[in-house]
Amino acid sequence: MRRLTAAGARLAVLAATLGCWQWAAKSAASPYFLPPVTILADMHQQWFSGPAAHLWLNSDGTGNLLPSLGRMLGGLAAAGLAGTALGIAIGRIQVLSDLTGPVIHFCRAIPPPAMVPVFLFIFRIGTPMETAAITFGVIWPVLLNAIDGAQHVHPGHMETARAFRLGPAQRLLRVILPSAAPKIFAGLRVALAVSMVLMIVSEAEGSTDGIGRELSIAQANLDIPVMWAVIVLLGLLGIALNAAFLLAERRALAWQHAAALTG
Amino acid sequence: MTGGMRRACLGAAGIVAVPGAAQLAMQAGGTGQKVFPLPSTVLASTWGMASDGTFWSSAAATAGAWAEAMAVSAAIAVPLGLVLGSVPWLEYAVRPVIEFARPVPSIATLPLVLLIVQDNTKTEVAVIALAAIWPILINTVYGLREVDPVARQTLQSFGFGPLSVAWRVSLPSAAPFIATGVRIAASIAFVVAIAAELLGSGMNGIGSYLTLAESGTGGLSPILAVAVWSGLLGLAINGALEAAERRAFRWHHQLSAALAGAA
Repeated sequence: MRRLTAAGARLAVLAATLGCWQWAAKSAASPYFLPPVTILADMHQQWFSGPAAHLWLNSDGTGNLLPSLGRMLGGLAAAGLAGTALGIAIGRIQVLSDLTGPVIHFCRAIPPPAMVPVFLFIFRIGTPMETAAITFGVIWPVLLNAIDGAQHVHPGHMETARAFRLGPAQRLLRVILPSAAPKIFAGLRVALAVSMVLMIVSEAEGSTDGIGRELSIAQANLDIPVMWAVIVLLGLLGIALNAAFLLAERRALAWQHAAALTG
Repeated sequence: MTGGMRRACLGAAGIVAVPGAAQLAMQAGGTGQKVFPLPSTVLASTWGMASDGTFWSSAAATAGAWAEAMAVSAAIAVPLGLVLGSVPWLEYAVRPVIEFARPVPSIATLPLVLLIVQDNTKTEVAVIALAAIWPILINTVYGLREVDPVARQTLQSFGFGPLSVAWRVSLPSAAPFIATGVRIAASIAFVVAIAAELLGSGMNGIGSYLTLAESGTGGLSPILAVAVWSGLLGLAINGALEAAERRAFRWHHQLSAALAGAA
Protein backbone atom coordinates (compact mmCIF):
# COMPACT_ATOMS: atom_id res chain seq x y z
CA MET A 1 0.00 0.00 0.00
CA ARG A 2 2.83 2.35 0.97
CA ARG A 3 4.58 1.47 -2.24
CA LEU A 4 1.45 2.21 -4.20
CA THR A 5 1.08 5.70 -2.72
CA ALA A 6 4.77 6.35 -3.32
CA ALA A 7 4.43 5.34 -6.97
CA GLY A 8 1.35 7.54 -7.19
CA ALA A 9 3.34 10.47 -5.80
CA ARG A 10 6.00 9.88 -8.43
CA LEU A 11 3.48 9.86 -11.25
CA ALA A 12 1.93 13.02 -9.79
CA VAL A 13 5.31 14.79 -9.88
CA LEU A 14 5.81 13.71 -13.48
CA ALA A 15 2.32 14.87 -14.42
CA ALA A 16 2.81 18.15 -12.57
CA THR A 17 6.08 18.76 -14.42
CA LEU A 18 4.37 18.18 -17.75
CA GLY A 19 1.45 20.39 -16.64
CA CYS A 20 3.78 23.23 -15.67
CA TRP A 21 5.60 22.90 -18.98
CA GLN A 22 2.27 23.01 -20.84
CA TRP A 23 1.06 26.03 -18.88
CA ALA A 24 4.36 27.95 -19.05
CA ALA A 25 4.86 27.34 -22.77
CA LYS A 26 1.28 28.24 -23.53
CA SER A 27 1.32 31.49 -21.57
CA ALA A 28 4.79 32.48 -22.82
CA ALA A 29 3.66 31.78 -26.41
CA SER A 30 7.32 31.73 -27.45
CA PRO A 31 8.02 30.30 -30.90
CA TYR A 32 10.92 28.30 -29.40
CA PHE A 33 9.29 26.57 -26.45
CA LEU A 34 6.34 24.46 -27.55
CA PRO A 35 3.82 22.99 -25.10
CA PRO A 36 3.91 19.15 -24.88
CA VAL A 37 0.38 18.74 -26.27
CA THR A 38 1.39 20.63 -29.41
CA ILE A 39 4.54 18.51 -29.72
CA LEU A 40 2.53 15.30 -29.47
CA ALA A 41 0.10 16.58 -32.11
CA ASP A 42 3.06 17.45 -34.36
CA MET A 43 4.54 13.98 -33.83
CA HIS A 44 1.21 12.41 -34.70
CA GLN A 45 0.95 14.41 -37.90
CA GLN A 46 4.61 13.88 -38.81
CA TRP A 47 4.86 10.11 -38.38
CA PHE A 48 1.89 8.43 -36.75
CA SER A 49 -1.20 9.40 -38.75
CA GLY A 50 -1.14 6.19 -40.80
CA PRO A 51 -3.47 3.17 -40.72
CA ALA A 52 -3.38 0.69 -37.85
CA ALA A 53 -2.22 -2.05 -40.23
CA HIS A 54 1.01 -0.07 -40.66
CA LEU A 55 1.42 0.34 -36.90
CA TRP A 56 -0.08 3.82 -37.41
CA LEU A 57 2.99 4.90 -39.33
CA ASN A 58 2.31 7.14 -42.31
CA SER A 59 4.61 7.29 -45.34
CA ASP A 60 6.96 9.69 -43.57
CA GLY A 61 7.06 7.31 -40.62
CA THR A 62 7.81 4.19 -42.65
CA GLY A 63 10.27 6.11 -44.82
CA ASN A 64 12.29 7.58 -41.96
CA LEU A 65 11.66 5.91 -38.61
CA LEU A 66 12.01 2.34 -39.87
CA PRO A 67 15.36 2.89 -41.67
CA SER A 68 16.77 4.65 -38.61
CA LEU A 69 15.62 1.89 -36.28
CA GLY A 70 16.95 -0.75 -38.67
CA ARG A 71 20.39 0.89 -38.80
CA MET A 72 20.55 1.25 -35.03
CA LEU A 73 19.47 -2.31 -34.30
CA GLY A 74 21.61 -3.63 -37.16
CA GLY A 75 24.66 -1.82 -35.80
CA LEU A 76 23.95 -3.03 -32.28
CA ALA A 77 23.47 -6.62 -33.49
CA ALA A 78 26.65 -6.56 -35.56
CA ALA A 79 28.62 -5.06 -32.67
CA GLY A 80 27.06 -7.55 -30.26
CA LEU A 81 27.98 -10.57 -32.39
CA ALA A 82 31.45 -9.40 -33.43
CA GLY A 83 32.26 -8.01 -29.98
CA THR A 84 31.21 -11.23 -28.26
CA ALA A 85 33.08 -13.52 -30.67
CA LEU A 86 36.28 -11.47 -30.66
CA GLY A 87 36.02 -10.73 -26.95
CA ILE A 88 35.74 -14.37 -25.95
CA ALA A 89 38.65 -15.35 -28.19
CA ILE A 90 40.81 -12.54 -26.82
CA GLY A 91 39.69 -13.13 -23.25
CA ARG A 92 40.49 -16.86 -23.29
CA ILE A 93 43.86 -16.61 -25.05
CA GLN A 94 46.36 -14.72 -22.90
CA VAL A 95 48.84 -13.90 -25.72
CA LEU A 96 46.02 -12.46 -27.79
CA SER A 97 44.83 -10.21 -24.98
CA ASP A 98 48.39 -8.97 -24.32
CA LEU A 99 48.94 -8.32 -28.02
CA THR A 100 45.67 -6.51 -28.69
CA GLY A 101 45.22 -4.66 -25.37
CA PRO A 102 46.83 -1.32 -26.29
CA VAL A 103 45.39 -1.40 -29.85
CA ILE A 104 41.86 -1.87 -28.47
CA HIS A 105 42.32 0.87 -25.88
CA PHE A 106 43.52 3.24 -28.55
CA CYS A 107 40.63 2.48 -30.92
CA ARG A 108 38.16 2.88 -28.10
CA ALA A 109 39.57 6.32 -27.28
CA ILE A 110 38.76 7.58 -30.79
CA PRO A 111 35.52 9.57 -30.45
CA PRO A 112 33.19 7.57 -32.75
CA PRO A 113 31.70 10.64 -34.53
CA ALA A 114 35.21 11.35 -35.86
CA MET A 115 34.97 8.04 -37.77
CA VAL A 116 31.74 9.03 -39.54
CA PRO A 117 33.61 10.90 -42.32
CA VAL A 118 35.89 7.85 -42.73
CA PHE A 119 32.93 5.52 -43.32
CA LEU A 120 31.28 8.12 -45.53
CA PHE A 121 34.42 8.11 -47.68
CA ILE A 122 34.52 4.31 -47.87
CA PHE A 123 30.82 3.46 -48.31
CA ARG A 124 29.46 6.74 -49.72
CA ILE A 125 25.88 7.71 -48.89
CA GLY A 126 23.59 4.89 -47.76
CA THR A 127 22.66 2.38 -45.09
CA PRO A 128 26.00 0.44 -45.05
CA MET A 129 27.79 3.64 -44.05
CA GLU A 130 25.47 4.42 -41.14
CA THR A 131 25.46 0.82 -39.94
CA ALA A 132 29.27 0.70 -40.07
CA ALA A 133 29.55 3.97 -38.14
CA ILE A 134 27.14 2.73 -35.46
CA THR A 135 28.91 -0.65 -35.25
CA PHE A 136 32.30 1.01 -34.80
CA GLY A 137 30.89 3.28 -32.12
CA VAL A 138 29.26 0.60 -30.02
CA ILE A 139 31.59 -2.38 -30.38
CA TRP A 140 34.13 -1.23 -27.75
CA PRO A 141 32.04 -1.49 -24.58
CA VAL A 142 30.77 -4.91 -25.76
CA LEU A 143 34.26 -6.14 -26.71
CA LEU A 144 35.92 -4.94 -23.50
CA ASN A 145 33.17 -6.42 -21.33
CA ALA A 146 33.24 -9.71 -23.24
CA ILE A 147 37.02 -9.92 -22.76
CA ASP A 148 36.60 -9.18 -19.07
CA GLY A 149 33.78 -11.70 -18.73
CA ALA A 150 35.70 -14.44 -20.55
CA GLN A 151 38.80 -13.80 -18.43
CA HIS A 152 36.90 -14.14 -15.19
CA VAL A 153 35.08 -17.42 -15.65
CA HIS A 154 34.96 -19.20 -12.29
CA PRO A 155 37.98 -21.57 -12.30
CA GLY A 156 35.89 -24.23 -10.55
CA HIS A 157 33.41 -24.21 -13.42
CA MET A 158 36.20 -24.64 -15.97
CA GLU A 159 37.70 -27.52 -13.97
CA THR A 160 34.33 -29.19 -13.67
CA ALA A 161 33.85 -28.88 -17.44
CA ARG A 162 37.29 -30.44 -17.94
CA ALA A 163 36.53 -33.22 -15.48
CA PHE A 164 33.38 -34.06 -17.42
CA ARG A 165 35.46 -33.97 -20.62
CA LEU A 166 33.37 -31.37 -22.33
CA GLY A 167 34.77 -30.54 -25.75
CA PRO A 168 35.85 -27.02 -26.64
CA ALA A 169 32.49 -26.22 -28.29
CA GLN A 170 30.56 -27.47 -25.26
CA ARG A 171 32.84 -25.56 -22.91
CA LEU A 172 32.29 -22.40 -24.94
CA LEU A 173 28.50 -22.73 -25.12
CA ARG A 174 27.83 -24.13 -21.66
CA VAL A 175 30.44 -22.49 -19.46
CA ILE A 176 32.24 -19.50 -20.96
CA LEU A 177 29.41 -17.82 -22.84
CA PRO A 178 26.86 -18.01 -20.01
CA SER A 179 29.30 -16.71 -17.45
CA ALA A 180 30.32 -13.76 -19.68
CA ALA A 181 26.72 -13.01 -20.70
CA PRO A 182 25.82 -10.55 -17.89
CA LYS A 183 28.84 -8.38 -18.70
CA ILE A 184 28.09 -8.54 -22.44
CA PHE A 185 24.52 -7.37 -21.80
CA ALA A 186 25.81 -4.54 -19.62
CA GLY A 187 28.13 -3.49 -22.44
CA LEU A 188 25.27 -3.49 -24.92
CA ARG A 189 23.15 -1.29 -22.67
CA VAL A 190 26.00 1.24 -22.39
CA ALA A 191 26.24 1.10 -26.18
CA LEU A 192 22.59 2.03 -26.66
CA ALA A 193 23.00 5.75 -25.93
CA VAL A 194 26.08 5.99 -28.16
CA SER A 195 24.28 4.20 -31.00
CA MET A 196 21.58 6.88 -30.99
CA VAL A 197 24.10 9.73 -31.19
CA LEU A 198 25.83 8.01 -34.11
CA MET A 199 22.53 7.33 -35.84
CA ILE A 200 21.77 11.06 -35.80
CA VAL A 201 25.26 12.20 -36.82
CA SER A 202 25.73 9.63 -39.59
CA GLU A 203 22.27 10.23 -41.07
CA ALA A 204 22.72 13.98 -40.97
CA GLU A 205 26.11 13.61 -42.68
CA GLY A 206 25.33 11.09 -45.36
CA SER A 207 21.80 9.81 -45.84
CA THR A 208 18.73 10.46 -47.91
CA ASP A 209 16.33 9.33 -45.17
CA GLY A 210 16.11 8.67 -41.44
CA ILE A 211 15.44 10.66 -38.28
CA GLY A 212 18.87 12.30 -38.39
CA ARG A 213 18.25 13.42 -41.96
CA GLU A 214 14.87 14.87 -40.96
CA LEU A 215 16.57 16.74 -38.15
CA SER A 216 19.15 18.26 -40.48
CA ILE A 217 16.40 19.30 -42.92
CA ALA A 218 14.53 20.91 -39.99
CA GLN A 219 17.77 22.67 -39.05
CA ALA A 220 18.10 24.10 -42.57
CA ASN A 221 14.43 25.18 -42.67
CA LEU A 222 14.38 26.52 -39.08
CA ASP A 223 11.43 24.15 -38.59
CA ILE A 224 10.99 24.27 -34.80
CA PRO A 225 7.98 21.88 -34.53
CA VAL A 226 9.94 19.09 -36.27
CA MET A 227 12.99 19.75 -34.06
CA TRP A 228 10.84 19.30 -30.95
CA ALA A 229 9.13 16.25 -32.42
CA VAL A 230 12.52 14.63 -33.09
CA ILE A 231 13.81 15.43 -29.58
CA VAL A 232 10.74 13.92 -27.88
CA LEU A 233 10.62 10.95 -30.24
CA LEU A 234 14.27 10.08 -29.56
CA GLY A 235 13.75 10.44 -25.82
CA LEU A 236 10.79 8.05 -25.92
CA LEU A 237 12.71 5.69 -28.20
CA GLY A 238 15.62 5.69 -25.74
CA ILE A 239 13.32 4.81 -22.85
CA ALA A 240 11.56 2.08 -24.86
CA LEU A 241 14.79 0.48 -26.11
CA ASN A 242 16.35 0.57 -22.66
CA ALA A 243 13.27 -1.10 -21.19
CA ALA A 244 13.29 -3.71 -23.98
CA PHE A 245 16.97 -4.43 -23.30
CA LEU A 246 16.36 -4.83 -19.58
CA LEU A 247 13.49 -7.20 -20.30
CA ALA A 248 15.54 -9.27 -22.76
CA GLU A 249 18.41 -9.30 -20.30
CA ARG A 250 16.20 -10.49 -17.46
CA ARG A 251 14.76 -13.21 -19.69
CA ALA A 252 18.12 -14.36 -21.00
CA LEU A 253 19.72 -14.31 -17.59
CA ALA A 254 16.75 -15.69 -15.63
CA TRP A 255 18.68 -18.90 -14.94
CA GLN A 256 21.30 -16.83 -13.22
CA HIS A 257 18.96 -15.35 -10.64
CA ALA A 258 17.56 -18.81 -10.08
CA ALA A 259 21.07 -20.19 -9.63
CA ALA A 260 21.95 -17.38 -7.25
CA LEU A 261 18.87 -18.16 -5.16
CA THR A 262 19.37 -21.92 -4.97
CA GLY A 263 23.16 -21.91 -4.93
CA MET B 1 57.33 -7.77 -12.80
CA THR B 2 58.38 -9.99 -15.69
CA GLY B 3 54.67 -10.56 -16.42
CA GLY B 4 54.23 -6.81 -16.74
CA MET B 5 57.32 -6.56 -18.97
CA ARG B 6 56.06 -9.34 -21.18
CA ARG B 7 52.68 -7.71 -21.46
CA ALA B 8 54.22 -4.33 -22.33
CA CYS B 9 56.42 -5.92 -25.02
CA LEU B 10 53.53 -7.84 -26.54
CA GLY B 11 51.32 -4.73 -26.44
CA ALA B 12 53.98 -2.68 -28.22
CA ALA B 13 54.37 -5.51 -30.74
CA GLY B 14 50.60 -5.39 -31.34
CA ILE B 15 50.68 -1.64 -31.94
CA VAL B 16 53.37 -2.19 -34.60
CA ALA B 17 52.03 -5.46 -35.99
CA VAL B 18 48.43 -4.44 -36.78
CA PRO B 19 49.23 -1.57 -39.18
CA GLY B 20 52.39 -3.40 -40.30
CA ALA B 21 50.46 -6.49 -41.39
CA ALA B 22 47.92 -4.30 -43.20
CA GLN B 23 50.76 -2.50 -44.95
CA LEU B 24 52.40 -5.74 -46.13
CA ALA B 25 49.10 -7.28 -47.22
CA MET B 26 48.10 -4.20 -49.17
CA GLN B 27 51.49 -3.84 -50.82
CA ALA B 28 51.63 -7.53 -51.74
CA GLY B 29 48.07 -7.77 -53.00
CA GLY B 30 47.70 -4.23 -54.24
CA THR B 31 44.06 -4.53 -53.17
CA GLY B 32 41.82 -1.74 -52.06
CA GLN B 33 44.42 0.96 -52.51
CA LYS B 34 41.94 3.04 -54.46
CA VAL B 35 39.85 3.52 -51.31
CA PHE B 36 42.18 2.69 -48.43
CA PRO B 37 45.46 4.55 -48.11
CA LEU B 38 48.51 2.53 -47.03
CA PRO B 39 49.10 2.67 -43.27
CA SER B 40 52.43 4.34 -44.00
CA THR B 41 50.60 7.12 -45.87
CA VAL B 42 48.23 7.61 -42.92
CA LEU B 43 51.21 7.67 -40.57
CA ALA B 44 52.91 10.29 -42.72
CA SER B 45 49.83 12.50 -42.74
CA THR B 46 49.40 12.05 -38.99
CA TRP B 47 53.02 13.14 -38.56
CA GLY B 48 52.49 16.06 -40.94
CA MET B 49 49.43 17.19 -39.02
CA ALA B 50 51.61 17.68 -35.93
CA SER B 51 52.97 20.84 -37.53
CA ASP B 52 49.64 22.02 -38.99
CA GLY B 53 48.63 25.17 -37.14
CA THR B 54 45.03 25.02 -38.39
CA PHE B 55 44.57 21.56 -36.90
CA TRP B 56 45.94 22.60 -33.54
CA SER B 57 43.82 25.74 -33.35
CA SER B 58 40.80 23.53 -34.12
CA ALA B 59 41.89 21.09 -31.41
CA ALA B 60 42.30 24.02 -28.99
CA ALA B 61 38.75 25.21 -29.83
CA THR B 62 37.36 21.73 -29.14
CA ALA B 63 39.33 21.52 -25.89
CA GLY B 64 38.07 24.98 -24.87
CA ALA B 65 34.41 24.12 -25.46
CA TRP B 66 34.96 20.79 -23.71
CA ALA B 67 36.52 22.41 -20.65
CA GLU B 68 33.85 25.10 -20.41
CA ALA B 69 31.07 22.52 -20.72
CA MET B 70 32.68 20.35 -18.05
CA ALA B 71 32.87 23.33 -15.69
CA VAL B 72 29.23 24.26 -16.37
CA SER B 73 28.07 20.64 -15.90
CA ALA B 74 29.95 20.24 -12.62
CA ALA B 75 28.68 23.61 -11.36
CA ILE B 76 25.09 22.50 -11.99
CA ALA B 77 25.24 18.78 -11.27
CA VAL B 78 27.25 18.73 -8.03
CA PRO B 79 25.05 21.16 -6.01
CA LEU B 80 21.91 19.61 -7.47
CA GLY B 81 23.20 16.15 -6.61
CA LEU B 82 24.04 17.30 -3.07
CA VAL B 83 20.48 18.53 -2.60
CA LEU B 84 18.87 15.43 -4.13
CA GLY B 85 21.22 13.14 -2.23
CA SER B 86 20.55 14.83 1.12
CA VAL B 87 16.77 14.94 0.76
CA PRO B 88 15.69 11.37 -0.06
CA TRP B 89 11.98 12.13 -0.62
CA LEU B 90 12.88 14.86 -3.11
CA GLU B 91 15.20 12.49 -4.97
CA TYR B 92 12.47 9.84 -5.01
CA ALA B 93 9.93 12.29 -6.43
CA VAL B 94 12.20 13.82 -9.07
CA ARG B 95 13.72 10.51 -10.25
CA PRO B 96 11.08 9.82 -12.98
CA VAL B 97 11.58 13.30 -14.44
CA ILE B 98 15.33 12.62 -14.61
CA GLU B 99 14.77 9.18 -16.11
CA PHE B 100 12.65 10.75 -18.84
CA ALA B 101 15.06 13.57 -19.60
CA ARG B 102 18.27 11.52 -19.54
CA PRO B 103 17.71 9.25 -22.59
CA VAL B 104 17.20 12.24 -24.91
CA PRO B 105 20.39 12.33 -26.99
CA SER B 106 21.65 15.85 -26.37
CA ILE B 107 22.97 16.12 -29.93
CA ALA B 108 19.35 16.11 -31.18
CA THR B 109 18.75 19.40 -29.37
CA LEU B 110 21.55 21.14 -31.29
CA PRO B 111 19.42 22.80 -34.02
CA LEU B 112 16.93 24.11 -31.45
CA VAL B 113 19.59 25.34 -29.04
CA LEU B 114 21.39 27.02 -31.94
CA LEU B 115 18.19 28.88 -32.85
CA ILE B 116 17.59 30.00 -29.28
CA VAL B 117 21.15 30.92 -28.32
CA GLN B 118 22.22 32.26 -31.74
CA ASP B 119 25.88 31.65 -30.93
CA ASN B 120 28.01 28.74 -32.14
CA THR B 121 30.31 28.35 -29.16
CA LYS B 122 27.58 28.79 -26.54
CA THR B 123 25.43 26.25 -28.39
CA GLU B 124 28.26 23.73 -28.45
CA VAL B 125 28.92 24.22 -24.73
CA ALA B 126 25.20 23.86 -23.91
CA VAL B 127 24.78 20.69 -25.98
CA ILE B 128 27.90 19.10 -24.45
CA ALA B 129 26.77 20.08 -20.94
CA LEU B 130 23.36 18.56 -21.58
CA ALA B 131 25.07 15.19 -22.03
CA ALA B 132 27.80 15.57 -19.39
CA ILE B 133 25.50 16.60 -16.55
CA TRP B 134 23.89 13.17 -16.04
CA PRO B 135 26.84 10.99 -15.01
CA ILE B 136 28.02 13.68 -12.56
CA LEU B 137 24.54 14.14 -11.08
CA ILE B 138 23.86 10.45 -10.70
CA ASN B 139 27.27 9.70 -9.20
CA THR B 140 26.91 12.59 -6.75
CA VAL B 141 23.52 11.31 -5.56
CA TYR B 142 24.94 7.79 -5.30
CA GLY B 143 27.99 9.04 -3.40
CA LEU B 144 25.82 10.80 -0.84
CA ARG B 145 24.06 7.54 -0.05
CA GLU B 146 27.40 6.15 1.09
CA VAL B 147 28.04 8.94 3.61
CA ASP B 148 28.64 7.58 7.09
CA PRO B 149 25.46 8.51 9.04
CA VAL B 150 27.34 8.53 12.36
CA ALA B 151 29.73 11.22 11.12
CA ARG B 152 26.81 13.28 9.84
CA GLN B 153 24.79 12.93 13.03
CA THR B 154 27.84 13.72 15.16
CA LEU B 155 28.24 17.06 13.43
CA GLN B 156 24.51 17.70 13.63
CA SER B 157 24.46 17.04 17.37
CA PHE B 158 27.32 19.51 17.81
CA GLY B 159 25.01 22.11 16.30
CA PHE B 160 26.42 22.36 12.79
CA GLY B 161 23.82 23.55 10.26
CA PRO B 162 22.88 21.52 7.16
CA LEU B 163 25.19 23.55 4.88
CA SER B 164 28.08 23.05 7.22
CA VAL B 165 27.40 19.32 7.43
CA ALA B 166 27.24 19.13 3.63
CA TRP B 167 30.54 20.97 3.30
CA ARG B 168 32.44 19.12 6.05
CA VAL B 169 31.10 15.57 5.79
CA SER B 170 28.91 14.85 2.78
CA LEU B 171 30.97 16.54 0.07
CA PRO B 172 34.36 15.11 1.09
CA SER B 173 33.01 11.60 1.48
CA ALA B 174 31.09 11.75 -1.81
CA ALA B 175 34.07 13.32 -3.62
CA PRO B 176 35.55 10.05 -4.98
CA PHE B 177 32.18 9.13 -6.51
CA ILE B 178 31.81 12.62 -7.97
CA ALA B 179 35.28 12.31 -9.49
CA THR B 180 34.31 9.05 -11.18
CA GLY B 181 31.20 10.77 -12.57
CA VAL B 182 33.37 13.60 -13.88
CA ARG B 183 35.71 11.14 -15.58
CA ILE B 184 32.80 9.33 -17.31
CA ALA B 185 31.27 12.68 -18.27
CA ALA B 186 34.59 13.87 -19.70
CA SER B 187 34.78 11.16 -22.32
CA ILE B 188 31.09 11.54 -23.23
CA ALA B 189 31.67 15.30 -23.52
CA PHE B 190 34.55 14.77 -25.96
CA VAL B 191 32.36 12.54 -28.16
CA VAL B 192 29.45 15.03 -28.13
CA ALA B 193 31.82 17.96 -28.83
CA ILE B 194 32.99 16.39 -32.08
CA ALA B 195 29.45 15.34 -33.02
CA ALA B 196 28.24 18.91 -32.45
CA GLU B 197 31.03 20.35 -34.57
CA LEU B 198 30.16 17.95 -37.38
CA LEU B 199 26.46 18.91 -37.31
CA GLY B 200 26.67 22.64 -36.62
CA SER B 201 28.00 24.40 -39.68
CA GLY B 202 30.29 27.32 -38.89
CA MET B 203 31.51 25.90 -35.59
CA ASN B 204 35.19 25.76 -34.84
CA GLY B 205 36.90 22.56 -33.73
CA ILE B 206 38.14 19.10 -34.67
CA GLY B 207 34.73 18.23 -36.15
CA SER B 208 34.79 21.27 -38.42
CA TYR B 209 38.38 20.47 -39.41
CA LEU B 210 37.13 16.99 -40.37
CA THR B 211 34.42 18.50 -42.56
CA LEU B 212 37.13 20.54 -44.25
CA ALA B 213 39.37 17.48 -44.71
CA GLU B 214 36.40 15.61 -46.18
CA SER B 215 35.92 18.18 -48.93
CA GLY B 216 39.69 18.41 -49.58
CA THR B 217 41.63 16.54 -52.24
CA GLY B 218 43.76 14.52 -49.85
CA GLY B 219 41.42 11.51 -49.83
CA LEU B 220 41.03 9.31 -46.79
CA SER B 221 44.45 9.67 -45.20
CA PRO B 222 44.03 13.19 -43.69
CA ILE B 223 40.60 12.13 -42.36
CA LEU B 224 42.14 9.06 -40.72
CA ALA B 225 44.97 11.21 -39.39
CA VAL B 226 42.41 13.39 -37.59
CA ALA B 227 40.85 10.23 -36.15
CA VAL B 228 44.29 9.10 -34.91
CA TRP B 229 44.97 12.45 -33.27
CA SER B 230 41.56 12.60 -31.65
CA GLY B 231 42.14 9.08 -30.31
CA LEU B 232 45.42 10.26 -28.80
CA LEU B 233 43.64 13.29 -27.30
CA GLY B 234 40.96 10.98 -25.89
CA LEU B 235 43.64 8.79 -24.30
CA ALA B 236 45.35 11.87 -22.87
CA ILE B 237 42.12 13.20 -21.33
CA ASN B 238 41.24 9.87 -19.77
CA GLY B 239 44.78 9.19 -18.59
CA ALA B 240 45.11 12.62 -16.97
CA LEU B 241 41.78 12.30 -15.14
CA GLU B 242 42.52 8.76 -13.97
CA ALA B 243 45.90 9.86 -12.62
CA ALA B 244 44.38 12.89 -10.89
CA GLU B 245 41.69 10.70 -9.35
CA ARG B 246 44.23 8.21 -8.05
CA ARG B 247 46.36 10.99 -6.55
CA ALA B 248 43.52 12.95 -4.98
CA PHE B 249 41.70 10.02 -3.48
CA ARG B 250 44.52 7.79 -2.32
CA TRP B 251 43.06 8.15 1.19
CA HIS B 252 39.72 6.85 -0.05
CA HIS B 253 41.20 3.69 -1.56
CA GLN B 254 43.38 3.13 1.50
CA LEU B 255 40.40 3.68 3.76
CA SER B 256 38.14 1.30 1.88
CA ALA B 257 40.94 -1.29 1.79
CA ALA B 258 41.47 -0.88 5.53
CA LEU B 259 37.74 -1.14 6.22
CA ALA B 260 37.51 -4.26 4.08
CA GLY B 261 40.46 -5.68 6.03
CA ALA B 262 38.87 -4.87 9.39
CA ALA B 263 35.57 -6.43 8.36
